Amino acid sequence: MGKPSEIERIKAASRHLRGTLLESLADPVTGALAVDDVQLLKFHGGYQQDDRDVREARRRAKLEPEYFFFLRLRLPGGVLTPPQWLAMDDTARRFGGSGLRLTSRQTIQVHRIRKTDLRDAVQMIHASGLDTIAACGDDNRNVVACVNPLLSHVHAQIYDQAQALSLHLRPQSRAWFETWMGEPPTDGAEPEPLLGDAYMPRKFKHGFAVPPYNDIDVYSQDVGFVAIIENDGLAGYDVLVGGGMGASHGNARTYPRMASLIGFITPDQVTALSEAALTIQRDHGDRSDRTHARFKYTVDDKGLDWIKAEIERRAGFTLAPAREFHFTQRGDRFGWSEGEDRRWHLNLRIPFGRLHDHDGATRQTGMRRIAELLAAQAPDAQIRVTTNQNALVAGVPAALKDAIDAIAAEHDLALHRTATPMGLNIMACVAFPTCGLAMAESERWMPVFVPKLQALMDRHGLHDEPIDVRVSGCPNGCSRPYLAEIALIGKAPGRYNLMLGGDHRGQRMNTLYRENIDEDTIFAALDELLGHFAVGRKAKERIGDFMVRTGVVVPPEPRKELA
Amino acid sequence: MPAAATLPRLPLPKDRAQQLSSLVDGLDAVSLWWLSGYAAGLASKVPLPATAGPEARAVAEPTSAARLTIVYGSQTGNCKRVAEDLAHAAEHEGLVGVRLARADAYPVRELAQERLLVVVISTQGDGDPPDDSRGFLEFLAGRKAPRLAELSYAVLGLGDSSYPQFCLTGRNLDARLAELGGRRLLDFGEADLDFETVVEPWSGRALASARELLQARSPAGVDNVTPLRPRADAIAWSAANPFHAEVVAHQRITSDASAKDVRHLEIDLSGAGLDYEPGDSLGVVAQNPMPLVDAMLDTLHLDGATSVGFKGSTRPLHEWLVAHREITRLSRPFLVALAALSHAAALERLLEPEGADALRRLMDTAQPLDLLERHRAEWTGEALVAALRPLAPRLYSIASSRAAVDDEVHLTVAHVEYRNAAGEPRWGAASHWLATHAEGDELLVYLERNERFRLPADADRDVVMVGPGTGVAPFRAFVQQRAAAGAAGRNWLFFGNPHFRDDFLYQLEWQAALRAGSLARLDLAFSRDQADKVYVQQRLREHGRDVYAWLENGAHFYVCGATGMARDVEAALRDIVIEYGGRTPEAADEYLATLRDQHRYARDVY
Repeated sequence: MGKPSEIERIKAASRHLRGTLLESLADPVTGALAVDDVQLLKFHGGYQQDDRDVREARRRAKLEPEYFFFLRLRLPGGVLTPPQWLAMDDTARRFGGSGLRLTSRQTIQVHRIRKTDLRDAVQMIHASGLDTIAACGDDNRNVVACVNPLLSHVHAQIYDQAQALSLHLRPQSRAWFETWMGEPPTDGAEPEPLLGDAYMPRKFKHGFAVPPYNDIDVYSQDVGFVAIIENDGLAGYDVLVGGGMGASHGNARTYPRMASLIGFITPDQVTALSEAALTIQRDHGDRSDRTHARFKYTVDDKGLDWIKAEIERRAGFTLAPAREFHFTQRGDRFGWSEGEDRRWHLNLRIPFGRLHDHDGATRQTGMRRIAELLAAQAPDAQIRVTTNQNALVAGVPAALKDAIDAIAAEHDLALHRTATPMGLNIMACVAFPTCGLAMAESERWMPVFVPKLQALMDRHGLHDEPIDVRVSGCPNGCSRPYLAEIALIGKAPGRYNLMLGGDHRGQRMNTLYRENIDEDTIFAALDELLGHFAVGRKAKERIGDFMVRTGVVVPPEPRKELA
Repeated sequence: MPAAATLPRLPLPKDRAQQLSSLVDGLDAVSLWWLSGYAAGLASKVPLPATAGPEARAVAEPTSAARLTIVYGSQTGNCKRVAEDLAHAAEHEGLVGVRLARADAYPVRELAQERLLVVVISTQGDGDPPDDSRGFLEFLAGRKAPRLAELSYAVLGLGDSSYPQFCLTGRNLDARLAELGGRRLLDFGEADLDFETVVEPWSGRALASARELLQARSPAGVDNVTPLRPRADAIAWSAANPFHAEVVAHQRITSDASAKDVRHLEIDLSGAGLDYEPGDSLGVVAQNPMPLVDAMLDTLHLDGATSVGFKGSTRPLHEWLVAHREITRLSRPFLVALAALSHAAALERLLEPEGADALRRLMDTAQPLDLLERHRAEWTGEALVAALRPLAPRLYSIASSRAAVDDEVHLTVAHVEYRNAAGEPRWGAASHWLATHAEGDELLVYLERNERFRLPADADRDVVMVGPGTGVAPFRAFVQQRAAAGAAGRNWLFFGNPHFRDDFLYQLEWQAALRAGSLARLDLAFSRDQADKVYVQQRLREHGRDVYAWLENGAHFYVCGATGMARDVEAALRDIVIEYGGRTPEAADEYLATLRDQHRYARDVY
């Protein structure tokens, strides 16, 4: 392995994530942090960004970029109490500049916070019992879990497991408390037994799925747990390792990879298994090339047999043979459904996870009113963020259903009654103008893209066809595009790679169909493909399967799994 | 080797040049040095013509001929690595004076002196340059780009051939360098995603060519003659006889969201011999905004074409109002004339002694046209021209140092533009004149010296500078000058404006100066970023102990900006001297008076 990357130097020299953050925050000459601190802030749950739309104009005006920050919650399982939702809404209104964003990892981001407001914003979040520790950075990221509303007792169990795992793998450093909460600064001598002094080589992701739902895209996780339900109870989990979405254009060492199944464990073995997988990556992950530093590459470089054996050695037990499971769907179950505990759950469509009152939109206020109603009349209800960037109002007594429906209708939150399946399930990442990685528009393009695509579908008689479409402004894959039936991955302003043939349950990746094409070419290609599909499909055949069956794209041979 | 052979572009007739050549041929260094001093002494007694002086540029860096400069523009780090490898290899092979610079850290003013340049630059997506190279490329593409007749160069482009505009940035740069007179050392290299396959052979060829070229220029061939900079004070540009100068850059430097419209202008003074110093002002001969002239003629029902004679000059009324009369500033004689013609009792009361305060307020807030609309009267062209003052040129504190910008002068201009109570547009005459002059336009300018606002002669002295708003202009010149001179004294700037995000004038430059150490401290007061307004004088008080310590240590103290601010700053300074100097108010006044006497407390207020 080569020389450690610059980020490795920064982490190792940071005195457990302290760096010079306190000095950076106090520097009045710039709205930015010192270069090294920008990297360290990620471990505290923040990202420095700037408005890329005005970057050039400001440079010519001899002004620094318009810097601001987003804060991301550590929110295992995506669960908030109504008062916590209200605290996040307050934070966004008081310190942010574009409302709340629900993310594809089941958490919430508040964007456009100025450096001078960061500490107040973090403290407001913390006062509601939440934190932002390790929400970004080279550490264990937000642990996602199926929001399955029907099996309430299983959800509760899995949520507890996700919560416990998230806490267990959290950095032990007091840096977050010293930087944001006013704890007296120390020299950073506390031990960091699990993550190590240089933390992980790259982010590390855990997720819990509950069949038949694969809402969390369990094949995209570094370590995925698939709940095995037997006799209405949780028997344990099938374990998958080495999933991940990111890739870099033109870099053959990088690729998206679906996680591999390695066996079955019981619920009490989760922590030991996670520790084993995480420490293997800590010790063996690539620390010289950050594009090659995810667990998936270690799995391929070392071989799955070695990885499994090493996990067993470190965990101190042997994995049982995997048990059978079946996924039927990945998208959210929109609308009301009744759980086994007779409570009601309302899954709302939040387009691209964005809740921002502007230009006449009032969804942010609508969600706030729902949270206020729950806080007053059903304090044990929850608002859960789904991995599809939507919101689930969970645990609602039947008596409140009408009132919530009325609020949803008033604030344009009842899209599940009007939108088509494609419109309900399409995902797009944030991209321009704030994301530093974006190469092409994504979310901002959707108001144009979605109606145009729907019109094409309508023309081919596919109005209600469920098609999983995902758009990403760069190849890093925040919207998990490689698992969509149709995906667009940004290459340059107005230009995308068109990917086809993923499986709608998230069990087969798509394949590159056309490289680096513009909007007109994209729609011309989709027009033709939809036309062929409308004529040549078999009954109930999904478009992703159709494209593979008819050879429009040829997916690579499936990787050999362990026996 | 005959010294004459190394003198650039001799301003001598051919026969004299030959005589000179035979005179200096074979002289030793001591004799040559004596001769240069003798010639300089003779030159100082003869006034210099207005234009076409001898080469009066700053001294060429003696090493530029023997140096290989490698500049890179990199987005993802590939070009940086390639450039670093190349620099490393060059040094490894024993090439002397290898210089490696990221494009935004490369001092573009040195381009004209480069002899050997290699650029490694990427193209992003569909033809965009890397972010760190935009300024470098803009400079090269623009009208300020120098001729590069002495330059040999090679450009290596990295890109992704799946885009139609593969390696466009590099290719354009290669063509532009040729256009500017540069000689291609090597054909443009273009490398795809698998760039190593192209980079290695290309770098090898580039190194071989560089080595050949550098060896051909023996160190003895290095130009080490220092052309003496002529004193050009003899040229008397004035308001009456201004220099015609070209605007070479014009940029708004407040954000689009700002309520303030502040402009940065760069003006080319080549050939003017305007050898200004930091602290001086530039006089600008401006004309009045045409819409105001037209509105005034309309309001008074006067015909602009009418010939009007006044004090021996006769010209059309329109021309009087555009270029010869003050129509954006009120004066007492004008009000007297208006009161007499309109019989407006309100105006007459203002002109009584008890109306003094109200008169001052009016003069601060209204323009002649506002009052002509308010108080109707019968005017003739002659009466109007007689009532209005002659149009005076405006002085702007110069925002640059010649040591940093060579033949240019920079101004920082607050564009005064607003609507009056009736919703009609109003402008400040000169700032609007400047704001409407674009790159390539001509301005009439002259130099106004300000000997009272000078940097300490002793470069070891510290300076404290208080310059909120456009008052920061001369301090940009100060810091440029002290940085160029390598002054050891520390520079401390107090700056203020309404908003950090929108109104931080020259933010990037101050940040760079802090990093470089040419600014030791920068304290900021952004008045409207918090509930309670904060101004520079408050920051001064907060740091009173340090301010006093600096003064006791011999620091010079400067204030530039609005009169009211300067008054508040002086009050703060007096309190600081009382508090930290343990002085009585009277002793503090004496302390400040002494500072003034020693030219250590200077103000440039307006």
